[in-house]
Amino acid sequence: MRGWTLGAACAAVLALLPGYVQAQARTDLVVGMQLEPPNLDPTASAAAAIAEVTLVNLYEALTRIDADGKVGPGLAKGWTVSDDQTTYTFTLRDTAKFHNGKPATSADVTFTLDRARAADSTNPQKAWFKAIADVQAPDPKTVVVTLSQPDGLFLFHMGLGAAVIMSAETQPTNKQAPVGTGPFKFERWIAGDRVILVRNPDYDGPKPALERVSFRFIADPAAQVSSILAGDVDTVPQFNTFEALPQFQNNPRFRVMTGVGEGETLLSTNNARKPFDDVRVRRALAHAIDRKTLIDGAMSGLATPIGSHFAPNRPEYVDLTNVYPYDVNKARALLAEAGYPQGFEVTLRLPPPIYARRSGELIAAMLAEAGVRVRIENLEWAQWLEKVFRGKDFDLSIVAHTEALDIEIYSRPDYYFGYKSDRFNALSAELERTLDPAKRKELYGSMQRMLAEDAVNGFLFQLPIVTVENAKLAGMWKNRPYQVNDVTGVRWQ
Amino acid sequence: MTSDADLDAPRRRLPRSLLLGAALTGLVVVVALLSLLWTPHPAEQVRVIARLRPPSAANWLGTDHFGRDALSMIMVGARNSLAVAAAAVGIGILGGVPLGLVAAARRGWPDEGVARMADLLFAFPALLTAILLTALLGPGAINAVLALGVFNVAVLARVTRGAALQVWRREFVRAALALGRGPTAVTVVHVLPNVAGAVIVQATILFAVAILNEAALSYLGLGIQPPAPSWGKMLGDAQTYLFTAPMQAVYPGAAIALAVLGLNLLGDGLRDLLDPRHKTTTLG
Repeated sequence: MRGWTLGAACAAVLALLPGYVQAQARTDLVVGMQLEPPNLDPTASAAAAIAEVTLVNLYEALTRIDADGKVGPGLAKGWTVSDDQTTYTFTLRDTAKFHNGKPATSADVTFTLDRARAADSTNPQKAWFKAIADVQAPDPKTVVVTLSQPDGLFLFHMGLGAAVIMSAETQPTNKQAPVGTGPFKFERWIAGDRVILVRNPDYDGPKPALERVSFRFIADPAAQVSSILAGDVDTVPQFNTFEALPQFQNNPRFRVMTGVGEGETLLSTNNARKPFDDVRVRRALAHAIDRKTLIDGAMSGLATPIGSHFAPNRPEYVDLTNVYPYDVNKARALLAEAGYPQGFEVTLRLPPPIYARRSGELIAAMLAEAGVRVRIENLEWAQWLEKVFRGKDFDLSIVAHTEALDIEIYSRPDYYFGYKSDRFNALSAELERTLDPAKRKELYGSMQRMLAEDAVNGFLFQLPIVTVENAKLAGMWKNRPYQVNDVTGVRWQ
Repeated sequence: MTSDADLDAPRRRLPRSLLLGAALTGLVVVVALLSLLWTPHPAEQVRVIARLRPPSAANWLGTDHFGRDALSMIMVGARNSLAVAAAAVGIGILGGVPLGLVAAARRGWPDEGVARMADLLFAFPALLTAILLTALLGPGAINAVLALGVFNVAVLARVTRGAALQVWRREFVRAALALGRGPTAVTVVHVLPNVAGAVIVQATILFAVAILNEAALSYLGLGIQPPAPSWGKMLGDAQTYLFTAPMQAVYPGAAIALAVLGLNLLGDGLRDLLDPRHKTTTLG
């Protein structure tokens, strides 16, 4: 009898358990990323992974850009702009505090901006700060920034990773132990494995639903797929093993979101080096590439073709994909005209991402049809940055340029493309000064056309932003208008 | 009559492992040579529209993720694998055998030098050394050959030295020396022919190791560079398609396994044949 009562009691407890478990929503999240950041200070290095862990979550910038790319208040709760568009007066949030307890004041903003625009600045996006002529802090919560000329993208740039606000006190150690003002604070970095952030109880804005967020770094595509299937990782915001998507799309446990991003994927061409200093050769390459086949073969048909350096989802985009239609005979003719009737031999140096390696093999096969013999060389990221990006020692490469609205890179004097055009530089300078949206759109259009005409690079496709995640998760962004993984609004259902 | 046959039989019969190993190795070699003259399709021909097709009359083993014919790639891959392995073992023989012979003939510091060099190389796993070297020199077939060859030099130097030392102690060598032959002549005329067996056996085993290590390097993207087909790269590419086209990983895997098995059996068999004292029991 006694045994029976005990059994019944146990059964009753067990029957109640599932309901109890379900009622407790999870408050931890594991985000899967392919690349590990080299450090955790977005003002120190251009690696996208740094901002993808820290921006908005841990650090805040003056402005904050939402999922649609719109600029809104960040650490600055508001601002006014003078009529001549050169003076910005920012008002900081009254109760904003750094994770070490110090209030965030105008002195920190002054420190951050002065450091970024200094002559010896090592900020990876120094160009964004060059229009700043003066930064004043009339009181602890007000910052006045004066520009030497109007800058149409100023507020946008002030919301990106390279512009996050730091305090002078913690800046030297932010690479390893970052201190910001955001809703999450740093807990631990297990090198080679993960970075762990925890909820900041003293945050003065809306509290996130999650208590603990781990960013796990899994470089191997097959391992990444298995980790999602096994539930070790809850969401992968930049999933790139597209051939594995069907098994997630057909499984109700998972959700697959396909959005648009800022990654113009290029056949980067060394314009400073023979034979690519001849525009006919570059045009021949453009004619030799069949984007449709490339996207089907390398990207499982998911990417959007581009004909110049601009994201197709933006209103300023001009479709230039038909400037050089796929035509192998035309390519051969152009090469012959340029003095290469027998073609030539080049090296294609590829960084590790799967889109680059896959596209590289297909492009090598396509160029071979036109008589260009391509030798592929697979490099690790560090080697690629060293040799190709910084050393400019390359013929061809393939990489996605994921910065938002970054067409200005073609006017940078020592950028790795080796492209030099006074006409383009003039357009770029005019764009910087122009604030009228209609005029800006026109200028963006002319710049895109010019890059297409000069066939500066092989313009391949826009990298799709595919998120694969647990179907019970809500709040991850579908689109990616800039380098960020905003988890502040993510929760479990 | 019967007793004669029984006495003769053990000497005439070749080891079974030798026959099986020779058959498998022969198959790989024939396929590799055939690929010079004929493959069902050009191995590097990309046809994205026909990607990941199952086996058919046109593509006996189906197609890979770029629509390339898997059988053609396996055939050319065999050639590339054998070429890299042969070059790596060739470096080992050309470098290791003379070093081993000199060490045994001169003793003293050359012997010490060779022994320490071998110790140094053996301190690191061969594959790790190869990965390190290709990372330093840059990926590619030639650097892979060098990276794998360095290790073979050490192995063959040690094997040659050991075998040569034994030969130097034999009476006929002493006799030759007593008759006034110099150490160089003795090495060439007497020592080399007597260590050849041990070297051949070891080279066959190293050949199998080189094929496996080349596949590993190519799998990691450090060996033979695309578009040239290689078994290791095919395996690496097929990995992310395991759920959709598992057979594309099985074919190169089977090719590597067969080639390595064949060469190992051949090596075992050769050892049984050339050096009965070390007779093994595998398939014996």
